[in-house]
Amino acid sequence: MSSITIRNLNKYYGSLHVLRDLELSIESGEGVVLLGANGCGKSTLMKCLNGLEKPKSGTISIDQQDVTGARGKRLRNIRRGAGVVFQQFNLVDNLTVFQNVLYGAMGQRPGGLLTVWHSLAPKEFREKAMHCLDRVHMAEKASHRCRELSGGQQQRIAIARMLMQSPKIILADEPVASLDPKAGIEVMDLLWEVVREHKMTVFCTLHQLDLAKSYADRIVGMKAGRIVLDSNQDSADKESLATIYQGETRVDGTSMSDQEYSPADVSTTEVA
Amino acid sequence: MNSYRESRPIPAPPRFTSPSWFAGFVLLVFVFLFIQGFNSAEISVERLLKGARNLSTFLGQAIPPDWSDMDVIANAMLETLYMAIVGVTIGVILSIPFSLLASRNTAPHPVVRTITRFIIATMRTIPDLIWALIFVVAVGLGPLAGILAIILDTIGFAARFFSERIEEVQPGPANALTASGAGRLSVIMGAILPETLASMSATSLYSVEKAIRSAVTLGLVGAGGIGVELSTAMRLFQYDKAFAIILVVLVVIIGFEQLSSMIRKRVI
Repeated sequence: MSSITIRNLNKYYGSLHVLRDLELSIESGEGVVLLGANGCGKSTLMKCLNGLEKPKSGTISIDQQDVTGARGKRLRNIRRGAGVVFQQFNLVDNLTVFQNVLYGAMGQRPGGLLTVWHSLAPKEFREKAMHCLDRVHMAEKASHRCRELSGGQQQRIAIARMLMQSPKIILADEPVASLDPKAGIEVMDLLWEVVREHKMTVFCTLHQLDLAKSYADRIVGMKAGRIVLDSNQDSADKESLATIYQGETRVDGTSMSDQEYSPADVSTTEVA
Repeated sequence: MNSYRESRPIPAPPRFTSPSWFAGFVLLVFVFLFIQGFNSAEISVERLLKGARNLSTFLGQAIPPDWSDMDVIANAMLETLYMAIVGVTIGVILSIPFSLLASRNTAPHPVVRTITRFIIATMRTIPDLIWALIFVVAVGLGPLAGILAIILDTIGFAARFFSERIEEVQPGPANALTASGAGRLSVIMGAILPETLASMSATSLYSVEKAIRSAVTLGLVGAGGIGVELSTAMRLFQYDKAFAIILVVLVVIIGFEQLSSMIRKRVI
């Protein structure tokens, strides 16, 4: 059963053609990593997937529901089924860890913020939030403010918030790009464990080839707004992966063609 | 990586850049206005000397201050404080919806934002004394006119600062809540407002200080409070009583500013 289906997707920013007839289909339970150089349209694609950006043409369906045409309540319902992990964690720094995890359940019941505010939330939400925090080994930090935590810890909290949402699909937009390599591997391990436990589908953009090879079931490469490579983990060799980063990679045509990266560089220099 | 370009080295930017013609024009206008203004004030040595003499006469009559009407003064001071507290509380509370409607990232529509910003700017640009004059006409002499003037003055000031802070909030957390299916209002209340609380309480405290100072002067136009007593005493040449009032005002305002900076240290 297909979990994410993208057909003929076109997206423009002004006159800039960002996503160009993009086609991709991800099966339920698959762990797919998306690779691509800076400016190739990865983040735009991720934003289109949960309706934060509207594409010009084409269709996206997530869990058999059409995203591109959805508005208001229907769109919120689709978003509820897809958890997002961000590069910059995107926690509310001023609030406690516990409150941030509770936010994951926002929208599961009518009443919005009132149902997940820590003093008003029902007992089952509070218990589930602690359970999610425990899963990412951060239960003892529940009453700390998020800004007191390190980057790796914050990303764990973000994963707990995503778990609180109980999604079927996870969209992870460079989840480890702002972490050091050690914290990055810890977060990737945790994310993949959680995904496997709950049999979730995951679509994750990464910058590091080695991470992609060790976690992905399937690697998809993107270049200048198109999918140019699609291979399962075993058949993906470093040379073909490196071509994703060579030549015209950017959608705005400003790629520096005289500074092509050698395959060895890609995994180390692209940690933005 | 490749080596540096092999063409000629690019020179560093110049040490000095000549100011634009616009800066020169502004400076010229400023100098002209300053000289013109200085002349029109007709400042002369004899006027300054006369002023000093008058001032010493005033001080001679004002010292020692007359404390005999202390109960009246104390009551008037209390009324001033009440005006400030009621006015600033309502003003700060109203500032929150005003600022949300006036900020780029929270306004429901750009037109709403423009209109709200215009309203706030009007409240701010008309000075509190003029608001008080208008409200004295509308609701009559007394503290109600003062309270209304303080409310508008507070919104004009606080809503602007709140809205600037709201626009500075990073969009990430709000995006995260939106992406998890939260509604617009929940996102604003849950992700945007919490980030602004520290700055909002600092602004609110400053609003209280500002409101107490303005509540004192609002009485001068009959909008209630200790200013009424002060202006009466000055008009009746009771400089000793006026001096007592000024001293009371001084002590209360300094006292409150100390209190406010104490609270600020605790909060932030």
